[in-house]
Amino acid sequence: MATKSLSLLQVANGDLPGHTVELGRDEPLLLDSGKSLSPFSVAYETHGALNAERTNAVLICHALTGDQYVANPNPLTGKPGWWDLVVGPEKIIDTNRFFVICANILGGCLGSTGPASTNPATGKPWGLDFPVITISDMVRAQMRLLDHLGIEKLFLAIGGSMGGMQVLDLASHYSDRVFAAAPIAAAPRHSAQNIAFHEVGRQAIMADPDWCHGNYLAEGKRPTRGLAVARMEAHITYLSETALHRKFGRRLQGRDALTFGFDADFQVESYLRHQGSTFVDRFDPNSYLYITRAMDYFDLSAEHDGVLANAFAGTDVRFCVMSFSSDWLYPTAESRTIVHALNAVAANVSFIEIETDKGHDAFLLDEPEMHRTLAGFIDGCARQIGLD
Amino acid sequence: MAAEPRTAALGALRHDLRLIAGLIPENSRTLDVGCGDGALLAYLTNEKGGDARGIELSQNGVNACVAQGLSVIQGDADTDLSDYPDQAFDYVVLSRTLQATRQPEAVLTNLVRIGKHAVVSFVNFGHWRKRLELLFNGRMPVNGVNTNWYSSQDIHPCTILDFVTMCRTLGLTIESAMSVDSHGAKRLIATNGRSANLRGEQAIFLLRRD
Repeated sequence: MATKSLSLLQVANGDLPGHTVELGRDEPLLLDSGKSLSPFSVAYETHGALNAERTNAVLICHALTGDQYVANPNPLTGKPGWWDLVVGPEKIIDTNRFFVICANILGGCLGSTGPASTNPATGKPWGLDFPVITISDMVRAQMRLLDHLGIEKLFLAIGGSMGGMQVLDLASHYSDRVFAAAPIAAAPRHSAQNIAFHEVGRQAIMADPDWCHGNYLAEGKRPTRGLAVARMEAHITYLSETALHRKFGRRLQGRDALTFGFDADFQVESYLRHQGSTFVDRFDPNSYLYITRAMDYFDLSAEHDGVLANAFAGTDVRFCVMSFSSDWLYPTAESRTIVHALNAVAANVSFIEIETDKGHDAFLLDEPEMHRTLAGFIDGCARQIGLD
Repeated sequence: MAAEPRTAALGALRHDLRLIAGLIPENSRTLDVGCGDGALLAYLTNEKGGDARGIELSQNGVNACVAQGLSVIQGDADTDLSDYPDQAFDYVVLSRTLQATRQPEAVLTNLVRIGKHAVVSFVNFGHWRKRLELLFNGRMPVNGVNTNWYSSQDIHPCTILDFVTMCRTLGLTIESAMSVDSHGAKRLIATNGRSANLRGEQAIFLLRRD
């Protein structure tokens, strides 16, 4: 535990593999809240090489608890990159062919500016003084990174879950800066149920006395119990009932009989406790509050009088919308809503529902049909603009 | 991750698709409703440089199309055409699908609304062989072998004359029409269509709304 916490501290000190760039010193990042950040940092990783025409850049947007380590081992957990199955040499997002960028989101806790970063005005951690950010703000920060890298137009923006929301936001607000967009297992807005689950997670963190009203860093504490509960609850929403049942059923954990107590009698309890306790080693509790808030605020149609289609009016972007049949967090109906809106503006869109019982997290897993169709979409788009 | 073979020389296309492809100029924006395995889309995309999209009911068909790099969504001619804006496409194609829709009239109305032109192909149930089937066997003619009247997806089969009548009722302009016989030879359908109705196995109509 102590070593891992130290790792998060090292992160705060900037001891991270990959790149970190400070942006916005001259031009502040204006946020949806009306506040601004100046300067702000973006930590990112790249794979492959940008071609001479600068036409082969792929931006991968990560999910709520993801990070920039999409293909390289995660420095905190030592595990392979979160989309190692998809990103790499001769993989679907072929790093021999594409210049892949993945940045830690604004509000995150792995090198980009977030509530655990130092507030330049006070020299102390931001804590709850950090401005509330939105999905659009995360995208704004990433566009600043693209400016910094000299990339005018992305070949592809792709991401699952909250990454898919960023992709939708990017395609809506910066349609001239992206050729193709693949939002996977995403939604055009957070539903009441989505918000409700997030609220439970936030309440768990804030109910932990070690949260110290958000000031735990200054007070030398960490609300790990609250964060672990938030993670346990959220993790359930990432899996389908079928998958949970197949994995655990009612099997007991390392015992032959019920204990008539509150230990983790069941394997599923033990599994969730493990998910919770490992998560706290790599995630900042306030970041969890801010990012879930950003997702709750997400509603792409809000600035278009509730007409989602108008978010994509006149778009030239090629879309590939993908959902998973057993995903009840962002079910296929949400993806269909996106597709209907894109049809209403006659956008170029492909839509695939992948048949799987693995739930929301399927986008991270070995799903051959998803990989096959994604590869076809990417190859088709590459052919269209003459990328070899 | 080698790309799958991309088809599709004109010769490899199904008869009616080949004729349909012949009606669509280069660089057109086309929507193929009920695009199946994407053969026509692949041809239009690769050989005619157009922007071709598809709607397909079966998820397997959609996946096969997208895996080839084609733009296809899972959807239904009866319910999903109403999403599209007016005149969004140069051509909207409905090949051998009209007879399987629940509301052919509404579908056809949508086709000419969202496309500047609509291309509709169907199996002609007025063909002499179909007539003889009913006359001599006393059984409902069906489309295809191993098909029963009760299991067929074709809930609205029609003849060329039936179709022409519907177009007139809807006030559509028939820009051109051709029938195809069993050897794949095409012939233009004359004004009243009576001869084609007897001899054409399939029909292809190019329509527009006035």
